[in-house]
Amino acid sequence: MARISVGKLTATAILAGGLLLAGCDKPDDLKSFATKGPPSAEPTSAPASLPSPEPVIPWLLLTDDNLHDPENPALPLLQEPAEALAVLAPAQEGNFVDWVAALRSGEISPRTNVYPETKIRVIDLDILMTDTAAMPVVRFPHRPHTEWLDCKNCHDKIFVAKRGANPVNMFRILQGDYCGQCHGAVSFPLTQCQRCHSVPREQVLRMVPE
Amino acid sequence: MRLALATIRRLGWRFLPFFLAVLALGFIWPVAAEYGDVVLNHSSDRAGVRPVIFPHWFHRIRFRCKVCHHELGFEMRAGANDVKMSDLAQGKFCGMCHNNEVAWGLENCGLCHSGKQGLAGGIYGGHRTLGPGRW
Repeated sequence: MARISVGKLTATAILAGGLLLAGCDKPDDLKSFATKGPPSAEPTSAPASLPSPEPVIPWLLLTDDNLHDPENPALPLLQEPAEALAVLAPAQEGNFVDWVAALRSGEISPRTNVYPETKIRVIDLDILMTDTAAMPVVRFPHRPHTEWLDCKNCHDKIFVAKRGANPVNMFRILQGDYCGQCHGAVSFPLTQCQRCHSVPREQVLRMVPE
Repeated sequence: MRLALATIRRLGWRFLPFFLAVLALGFIWPVAAEYGDVVLNHSSDRAGVRPVIFPHWFHRIRFRCKVCHHELGFEMRAGANDVKMSDLAQGKFCGMCHNNEVAWGLENCGLCHSGKQGLAGGIYGGHRTLGPGRW
């Protein structure tokens, strides 16, 4: 009996703390970029008293990011991340932009080269990394990678272009080697396991002859 | 959860405010920077100017990674590039575009040198991933 009440008390305390925090979570100066636009029509069936869920704005203002100096007179000239990123294909983490999707759909068309003589190399070749223990097999697609990068960015500095020559493992990746040189720093974070570990083992077994 | 409860029970309830404070800090501490922001501070602080903040997000809307990391020769490891203003003036590194032709020129100091004094160089703003042990 005493145990249950302790548990309940803690749960209540945490809930109360959470509610308090929810209040603190929205600083007044955080401009609401995502809420701009025409107000959507209220569904007729919903009671009017129910508040609509607040849209989450994942991008901080430059003045609030603990990095930019608010005293810098040139700061207002810089573009706010939310202004540029809110209109692109959404993702759950990182910049909250699915950069590959944004490129594919033509939402962005970043330049491929500055020197006219630079050769643009894109290759469509998938590599399966099967040594993944209990996790689904990793499918490395060359195409989206070469749409952003040149072969020389990875070969042979980060990855030797030879099957089985790269002892990739998650520890090294989390340390910033191999895939971790970009993923976790600028490309989508290492918490999005399923974007790499994407092929069920059974499917690979069916593809490989006995 | 069970561990937290056990710890609270062992230490006594007078520590509950402390626990709640830790919980609160974890929730409201602002996520620093935008994912992929790089601070360059090899010599800015010493020269008495604000450190440089390079926003990856802004540049990758306009350029693919290969333009800077292949054509321009920026190493992909933060800190591996010793970027000096004298080099930029000669058209190297940032100076390849920031020359008033492709992008605004080097006289707009505050647009790059916009960080707080004393920031350590490196990649900031790892949303979800706090970052590899080494970059």
